[in-house]
Amino acid sequence: MNTLSLLAQGFSVALQPINLLWALAGVTLGTAIGVLPGLGPALTIALLLPITFKVDPTAAFILFAGIYYGAMYGGSTTSILLNTPGESATIVTALEGNRMAKNGRAGAALCTAAIGSFVAGTIGTIGITVLAVPVVEFALTFGPAEYFSLMVLCFVTVSAVLGRSAVRGLTCLFFGIVLGMIGIDNQTGQARFTFGILELLDGINVLIVAVGLFAVGETLWLAFHRKRKDEVLAIKDSIWMSREDWARSWKPWLRGSLIGFPIGAMPAGGAEIPTFLSYWLERRLSSKPEEFGTTGAIEGVAGPEAANNASAAGVLIPLLALGLPTSATAAIMLSAFQSYNINPGPSLMLQRPELVWGLIASLYVGNIMLLVLNLPLIGLWVKILRIPPPLLYGGILVFATIGTYGISRSTTDLIILYVMGGIGFLMRRYDFPTAPVIIGMILGPMAEQNFRQALTISNGSLMTFIERPTSLILLLIAVIAVAAPHLWGLLQRRRTAPA
Amino acid sequence: MTPDWSRYRRAPAFGNVAVGVGVVALAGVLALQVLVIPSSPLYARVGPTVFPWIAVTALGALGVVLAIQGFLGGWAHEEPPGPTDAAGGLWFLGGLVVQVATIEWIGFILASTLLVVCTARAFDSTRIVRDALVGFALATIAYIGFDKLLGYRIGSGLVESLISRIF
Repeated sequence: MNTLSLLAQGFSVALQPINLLWALAGVTLGTAIGVLPGLGPALTIALLLPITFKVDPTAAFILFAGIYYGAMYGGSTTSILLNTPGESATIVTALEGNRMAKNGRAGAALCTAAIGSFVAGTIGTIGITVLAVPVVEFALTFGPAEYFSLMVLCFVTVSAVLGRSAVRGLTCLFFGIVLGMIGIDNQTGQARFTFGILELLDGINVLIVAVGLFAVGETLWLAFHRKRKDEVLAIKDSIWMSREDWARSWKPWLRGSLIGFPIGAMPAGGAEIPTFLSYWLERRLSSKPEEFGTTGAIEGVAGPEAANNASAAGVLIPLLALGLPTSATAAIMLSAFQSYNINPGPSLMLQRPELVWGLIASLYVGNIMLLVLNLPLIGLWVKILRIPPPLLYGGILVFATIGTYGISRSTTDLIILYVMGGIGFLMRRYDFPTAPVIIGMILGPMAEQNFRQALTISNGSLMTFIERPTSLILLLIAVIAVAAPHLWGLLQRRRTAPA
Repeated sequence: MTPDWSRYRRAPAFGNVAVGVGVVALAGVLALQVLVIPSSPLYARVGPTVFPWIAVTALGALGVVLAIQGFLGGWAHEEPPGPTDAAGGLWFLGGLVVQVATIEWIGFILASTLLVVCTARAFDSTRIVRDALVGFALATIAYIGFDKLLGYRIGSGLVESLISRIF
């Protein structure tokens, strides 16, 4: 396998006029929806899953990749101008970006966020390009036992290590795994968790769960509380940066990218940690630390925005090379692959290079489109922020219900959607993370399948997971990831306790 | 919004206890569902009930831990964006019920228009005509996109049959 020739093949796919149009549609839609407060890329892609019915896979993935990157750009606009972070990864951008906007520097903040996203997205995409082939070659040595252990590691990190609470994260993970098991077991043909409801025999579509948790749950949460009027800050300065802004931005962009990409590429995913790390680092390194938390420091926007976008690119490595989704968005993209009967992973890279490399090449193209869309056309996106909330949330529900109702034309599915919305409301209320539900739902059945295959190969011996070295190492990392913070805390307490 | 950890309470947080009890109850109901799965040891080495039991047992245990955490003072969570607005919430829920109840009778477009009007009302809108018009337009666009362009069958209804005569 030769990376450059594969990439060239990818560009020959991505640069076809029709695919350029799909990429443009994706980045435009992604930005528009990313701008809307409370709506992230996971929900957008879930809402668009039905198009996989008609559109060929290459085009659909170019569209999804555009949405994925576009929503990242759009989210930063909302954080800066509205201080209502659309998703957890843009919290940090809101910290400094909103302060800059209040001080009449919204244009500079938007500019450094957009260019930083471009720099990080491009570095991240180069990272994908370089790492894809080696990771695939490594993954080709994996058997079912290794895959199962890798999934265990992923389960542990997304639910127990990264969130605020291991107990709540794991609760959501196992809830998701149960959701994923609903329906006919594909190995033995037995119905599971169907409660005697005929419609459940086919399982629950991930679209319904994602839209229920993210769109209906979020809307329900907002509807049940008296609304605060969020003011959209005006852009008073020009959308460009002064010489000083450039000087203060370029290093944070690079540092943020270097922090974000590896963390995103690890089988843990998540953009929260790299953005906070980058914020902490820039605050320490800044020549004007007094601007942090007061007038707003441009480094505090540039670094975390880059980290956010680079980690989003990193997440695509385990998704494309291993078939392992490590974020809610990646899990939904995986289910889109599955609806074409395509299973991402090393064999896909070998058998359908035009699909995977077309997607990677379109990430380069989409990034350039996004830079153009987000700088000169920023005024357009600000208009979206001014849509009156009653119409905005009404419209979201229309599109949430047509996706659900369109799959099966059954009111049962609508009721499941609204039950999921209720659960999403409670999860929001009691601080339960939503990503583990989606990841558990998609990855749970895959883990079960690999577990069964591994035991079939080993003649039923559970020792296979420990005897195979790669599998053992993956499981050990999972154990360490869970135990290390607790051990560390115990040691600290010992040390501080008077002897 | 970052949680304010200093707000950790010491008195039992009954909301949190209820969440824990709810998770245990869910695990109980799910366990009853696992019991009705006929296990077939001849089929596969790992039967269809192994993973369900793992998940259900874990959920039950986690629910117990959550309830204990609640009794010990609970966990900090995000403050609501404002005081509770029961009327808004009821309008919203009412809209969902109306849509589910009417969608098979009057069709997706009109049922969704009602949904938009109720949702907008939940968000303090008083301009019913505007909301209905926007809702109707959006629902029609969604219908045409899904039914006519993507080939999903959204079903018939009062407006739908009219559109089908045009396209």
